[in-house]
Amino acid sequence: MSDAMTAGTVTITAGNGDPIEAYLARPTDRPGYGGVVVIHHMPGYDAATKQMVRDFAANGYAALCPNLYSRQAPGASPDDAAAAVRAAGGVADDQLTGDVEGAVRHLKSLEGANGKIGVIGHCSGGRQAFLAACSMQLDAAVDCYGAFVVNDPPASMPATMKPVIGLAPQLSCPLLGLFGAEDSYPAPEETAQLAAELERLGKEYAFHTYEGAGHAFFSVDRPSHRPAAAVDGWQRIFDFFGRHLSA
Amino acid sequence: MCTYLTEKISVEGSGKGARGWFPLTHATVYVDHPQHAPQEHTLNIDFINPEQGPGARVAVELTEESALALVRAIHDALAAAPPGLASGGGTVRPGGAAVSTAGQPVSS
Repeated sequence: MSDAMTAGTVTITAGNGDPIEAYLARPTDRPGYGGVVVIHHMPGYDAATKQMVRDFAANGYAALCPNLYSRQAPGASPDDAAAAVRAAGGVADDQLTGDVEGAVRHLKSLEGANGKIGVIGHCSGGRQAFLAACSMQLDAAVDCYGAFVVNDPPASMPATMKPVIGLAPQLSCPLLGLFGAEDSYPAPEETAQLAAELERLGKEYAFHTYEGAGHAFFSVDRPSHRPAAAVDGWQRIFDFFGRHLSA
Repeated sequence: MCTYLTEKISVEGSGKGARGWFPLTHATVYVDHPQHAPQEHTLNIDFINPEQGPGARVAVELTEESALALVRAIHDALAAAPPGLASGGGTVRPGGAAVSTAGQPVSS
C-alpha cells in the first residue's frame, strides 16, 4: 500500500433531503474499505475533527464528518458557527439522525466501499453516536465521554438534550465506550448505569474508564489531554472498527 | 462538559470583528469549553448581531477570575464617570438616571 488518500469538502444529501457540507477522507490505494461517520463535537466542524477524519483514512477507512451547523451557519468559520448554534440551543436529535443517515448513505455509495459503517463521536457527539446507533442500522459505534445518555441534564439546559437510554433496546450494533474516571459529565456512575442496561438487554458492548483522565482526554490541543489514555483509546477504536467494519 | 447554558441580553453599541466594525444587538454569556484559551472551561462572551450572520461576532474567553475582575472594572469605570454619561438613551436626567432599554434580559 502507498498510504495515498484523498480528502476534501463534499456536499451530501441529509436524511430530509437538505444538501449539507461534509468533510470526506478515504484511501485511494485499496478497495473494500469500511466507512466511519465522525460526529463533530459542540465546538464545531473544526480543524481537530477534520484531522480525525484524515486519521481514519490513513488507517484504511472512508471517513465522513457532516457539518451539523451547515444549515444555521453556512460558510461561517467553525467557531462562529458553533457560537450561533449554541445560542440557538444546539442541534435537535431528529436533525442529527437525518444528517448521519445522509452520511451513511454517502459512504455506502463510494466506489470501493464494503458496505460496513461505524459511527464515532466525542463529548456531545458521544451521546449523538449512541443516538444514531439506536436510530438506524449500523455495524459499530463508539461513544467517547458522551454525557446525558442516562442522566437528565440540568433543568436550565435546552430541551434538545434529553437522556436517550430509553432507546437502548434499539441499539443496532456493538458499542465501544471510552470514558474518564475523573469526568463528571458523564460520571462513572452514569456510564455504569448504561453498562448495566446494555447487559440486561444482552447488547454487545465494551466500556473502558481511564484512571487519571477526565473529560476530553483525546483532545491534543487542550489541557485535558491525557496521552496514555488517548493512545490506548485510539488502539481500542481501531481494533474495534477492525473487527466490525471488515468485509 | 458542554453546558449549553446561555445568558442572552440585548445590547446597544458597536463591536469590531473580523470584518471591521458593526452594530451590536445582543450578547451571550456562558461557561463552557473555550475555542482558544488554554483552559478546560472559561467564561465566554459573544457580542453579536445575528441579522448580519454568525461572523458578526466579537468573542472573548476569560478565566473566572478575569471575568469577575472585568465585572468589577465595568462597575468602577461607570461609577467614576458622570451618571448617565454613556447611557444609550442619550439624555441625562437631573440626578443621573438615563432612559434606556438596552441591557434587559431576553429569552434565549
